[in-house]
Amino acid sequence: MSNNIRVGNISDIPSLGARVVKTEKGDIAIFRTEDNKVFALINKCPHKDGSLADGIVHGHKVTCPLHNWNINLEDGKVVAPDEGCAEHFVVNVDAEGNLFLQL
Amino acid sequence: MKEKLVCIGNGMAGIRTIEELLKLAPDQHEITVFGSEPYGNYNRILLSPVLAGEKTIEDIILNEKEWYQENNITLYTNYTVTVINRGKREVKTDKGINVKYDRLLIATGSNPFIIPISGSELTGVVGFRDIQDVHNMLDMAGQGKNAVVIGGGILGLEAANGLMQQGMQVTVVHLLDNLMEQQLDKTAATLLQLSLEKRGLKFLMAAETTAILGERNVTGVRFKDGKEIPADLVVMAVGIRPSIKLAQQAGIYCERGIVVNDTLQTFDPRIYAVGECVQHRNQLYGLVAPLFEQAKVCANHLANLGYARYEGSVVSTKLKVTGIDLFSAGDFQVKEDSDELIFQDPSQGIYKKLVIENNRIKGAVLYGDTIDGSWYFGLMRDNVDISGQRDRLLFGQAHLGDSGHGKTAMAMSDDTEICGCNGVRKKDITDAIIKKNLFTLDDVRSHTKASSSCGSCTALVEQILSFTLGSEYTNSPKTKPLCACTEYTHADIQKVIKEQHLITIPAVMHFMDWKTPNGCHVCRPALNYYLICTWPEEAKDDSQSRFINERIHANIQKDGRYSIVPRIWGGITNPKELRALADIADKYNIPTVKFTGGQRIDLLGIEKQDLPAIWGELNQAGLVSGHAYGKALRTVKTCVGSEWCRFGTQDAISMGIKLEKLAWGSWTPHKFKLAVSGCPRNCSEATIKDFGVIAVDSGWELHVGGNGGIKVRVTDLLCKVTTQEEVLEYCGAFIQLYRETANYLERAAPWVERIGLTYIKEQVVQNATTREELNDRFLLSQKYAQKDPWQERATGGVDQHEFNFLPTEAV
Ligand code: SRM
Ligand SMILES: Cc1cc2nc3c(=O)[nH]c(=O)nc-3n(C[C@H](O)[C@H](O)[C@H](O)COP(=O)(O)OP(=O)(O)OC[C@H]3O[C@@H](n4cnc5c(N)ncnc54)[C@H](O)[C@@H]3O)c2cc1C
Ligand code: SF4
Ligand code: FES
Repeated sequence: MSNNIRVGNISDIPSLGARVVKTEKGDIAIFRTEDNKVFALINKCPHKDGSLADGIVHGHKVTCPLHNWNINLEDGKVVAPDEGCAEHFVVNVDAEGNLFLQL
Repeated sequence: MKEKLVCIGNGMAGIRTIEELLKLAPDQHEITVFGSEPYGNYNRILLSPVLAGEKTIEDIILNEKEWYQENNITLYTNYTVTVINRGKREVKTDKGINVKYDRLLIATGSNPFIIPISGSELTGVVGFRDIQDVHNMLDMAGQGKNAVVIGGGILGLEAANGLMQQGMQVTVVHLLDNLMEQQLDKTAATLLQLSLEKRGLKFLMAAETTAILGERNVTGVRFKDGKEIPADLVVMAVGIRPSIKLAQQAGIYCERGIVVNDTLQTFDPRIYAVGECVQHRNQLYGLVAPLFEQAKVCANHLANLGYARYEGSVVSTKLKVTGIDLFSAGDFQVKEDSDELIFQDPSQGIYKKLVIENNRIKGAVLYGDTIDGSWYFGLMRDNVDISGQRDRLLFGQAHLGDSGHGKTAMAMSDDTEICGCNGVRKKDITDAIIKKNLFTLDDVRSHTKASSSCGSCTALVEQILSFTLGSEYTNSPKTKPLCACTEYTHADIQKVIKEQHLITIPAVMHFMDWKTPNGCHVCRPALNYYLICTWPEEAKDDSQSRFINERIHANIQKDGRYSIVPRIWGGITNPKELRALADIADKYNIPTVKFTGGQRIDLLGIEKQDLPAIWGELNQAGLVSGHAYGKALRTVKTCVGSEWCRFGTQDAISMGIKLEKLAWGSWTPHKFKLAVSGCPRNCSEATIKDFGVIAVDSGWELHVGGNGGIKVRVTDLLCKVTTQEEVLEYCGAFIQLYRETANYLERAAPWVERIGLTYIKEQVVQNATTREELNDRFLLSQKYAQKDPWQERATGGVDQHEFNFLPTEAV
């Protein structure tokens, strides 16, 4: 059985924003995009560990606040020409907007 | 069914158009490309270094055949289109293939002009245009053999240099007595000729070739005066002619080139044309930068987007001969209503000339020291009024591109560190330009990181780029969009926000056809600023469009913790505040307490969750945010002034505090710093502040546009006033003018240079009404801005989600 934890509700996260959740796998950033999709990435930029939750969210991407790398929220891949990948987690949203993070 | 697009010409402009088109509409067309040459698209510019043996053909291929396959493009290499049948909408080739089109793109480039004299058809007479020409030359080249290059323009000189590198004895023959007469004046041409002679090239100037000698193979060249010289190889580099025959035969209107409008359409609207074969607004272009701009616009229309316009380009050139540093842009001939600024240092081989008309730069020729080339080019393109800096102009953009590197990039060794922030060496940059096919400063920034941090090495990177590619690629579009999400410039956007009364970011993006759903980290903060600056009463600040520092009102650190700097009004503190700071530092285990360079105290290394509590305690001691994190009013530095100092002429401290009370909390395009000095000894360094005040016995001198930091700039004197009230009013008006007319992230110093001191004086000094109105608008916006953001978050309940983790619960 996969390890699911409930991490609040979509309404806890501002649109085009992110919040951090503490887990046994470390800090995980939960993002909410403008189209109300929710994504989860380890809160460490593949470049120099910048806090991705503090970045600017646009489309399905986030720009890291430290040196402006762009990271794809869907799979954690860094947008070219930079290279790298942030660990990516599945989040499920139920009908009431509750968020379930799969670790 | 997909639309059929046929492209004639597999060269730089045609394929760039298709690349741009695929980005916009990847599946709209069924694309067929015909090219007379047997290769995929390659970087023609770099044929010169291939000839010189510095690069190989493999190095310069831009699109391998796999690229065409991956993008479902049918490519016919070695096929020449011979007929365009506009009635049937079909093209025919020399090898009997007919292909129908819905839309046609002509990108046939140009052909070298071969002077029609006897012998021009002999084996050993070549042009310099394509890979085949280079192969021909290399086949014939050999140690000690003689080459004659006819034509002393860029192409001729690059050919001559290449052949000399291959061991040949090279003579350049030029019809005029001035090399590169399209780009250089007499003085610069002479300097160039001398240094090329030193390297071993021979020149025959003012010489008209009348015949090429030989039976089957070339043996020599004869001139009008009867003189003959021996030759094993003759390169004709006397110019190019747009390749328009095919279009002409199809009845498409041509003059010197195929005539196109601002959407790159020919006389037949189904047929587009780009590249060297094109004549746009009476101009022909022979450099890649403008062709790429055409490609972008053309692709926009092929993709049925229909909003881009090509309005012509401003171009500059460099000669790609290693060791020769030369830059030319615009019109360098002095005419009746223009004059020139000249700097000459013959012993160092330096010559710089700027042609000025109506206080604007019209042309530039630089020899020996070209580091300021792109700066002049930018001033020229942006039509900047240079009257305020005329006396300094020739000395270059002060401290440009280095803190002591001094030398030009070309003189540096491969291992020299160019970008000090990211540790990028010169070689890393040149390698990336070649291997990754980079053409613009932005390309180099994203691939190598050079120049992407503090930007102080930008000029060096631009130099390397323009030397490697032979032209200015960064600055050539006449207008520069805010970012890749839009076609519009900062100024366009500010204007539309005002005229259309737009008050939200989505409204602007919708009205201005943004290309991305919600912008990017570049445009969103800019739009947010423009909105709250233009509509202080109505626009709502969008914290998700703010950079993290401004979103949570502290400076992010490299380890994700934060630092905070309380406001220290005019540099004055007291025991109570200091005690509170000490207690807070103890209570929260703040690892570092530091005096800043701005007369304040910095608490560093704070966890994000602790910020509101710390702010609450600071508030209790009367301390508020110092906005050390914002594009906002920062510090107001003061000196001791007349209250204590034996030299003080006015009360600098109280003046500073009043100014800070006036201006704190305001959001500005970039950070904004003030200082007040009590006498001209200027201990508060007012002359490197955005707005500096220096007391004199009879009143106050107001100085503007200073900058410490990356590029030091000393202020300009705005005016002198008598009372403290006047200082406040002028300061308010100046900040508001800056807020309303600067581009986002443009510091006051470059803004003053761009917009011109004359204009600022007109608005703030000479015209009392505009001054008053500006100041009134500033005071109005301050009504909404002067709320302590720390208090709002410590006790006012604002944005609590920023400081707490999401709750978790096992399921
Ligand atoms: C704290 C302070 C250094 C110090 O310990 O003294 C400082 C710290 C930073 N400066 Fe500064 N600057 C500080 C005084 C200065 C000064 C001196 C001054 O103000 O008299 C200058 C030169 C004067 C000037 O601005 O003209 C200065 C010129 C810069 C620049 C270059 C700006 C330019 O236009 O050239 C940057 C980069 C930028 O803003 O883009 C910068 C950026 C930064 C940032 C915010 C870098 C960043 O974006 O994260 C630094 C945050 C460090 C951190 O991790 O917390 N800092 N910085 C100083 C805060 C003063 C204050 O009380 O608010
Ligand atoms: C040696 C050299 C150095 C240069 N250096 C610089 C420099 O430093 N900086 C700079 O900006 N520019 C430089 N240029 C100029 C630059 O290379 C050209 O401006 C650019 O390549 C023009 O692009 P284009 O697509 O219009 O033409 P091309 O790149 O010439 O492409 C046209 C293509 O169409 C093909 N073609 C023509 N007619 C037909 C037909 N009927 N059917 C099928 N195919 C056809 C041609 O064979 C050719 O391959 C240099 C050029 C040369 C030759
Ligand atoms: S505080 Fe300023 S000078 Fe020092 S490292 Fe940071 S940005 Fe550079
Ligand atoms: S740490 Fe994210 S870009 Fe450098």
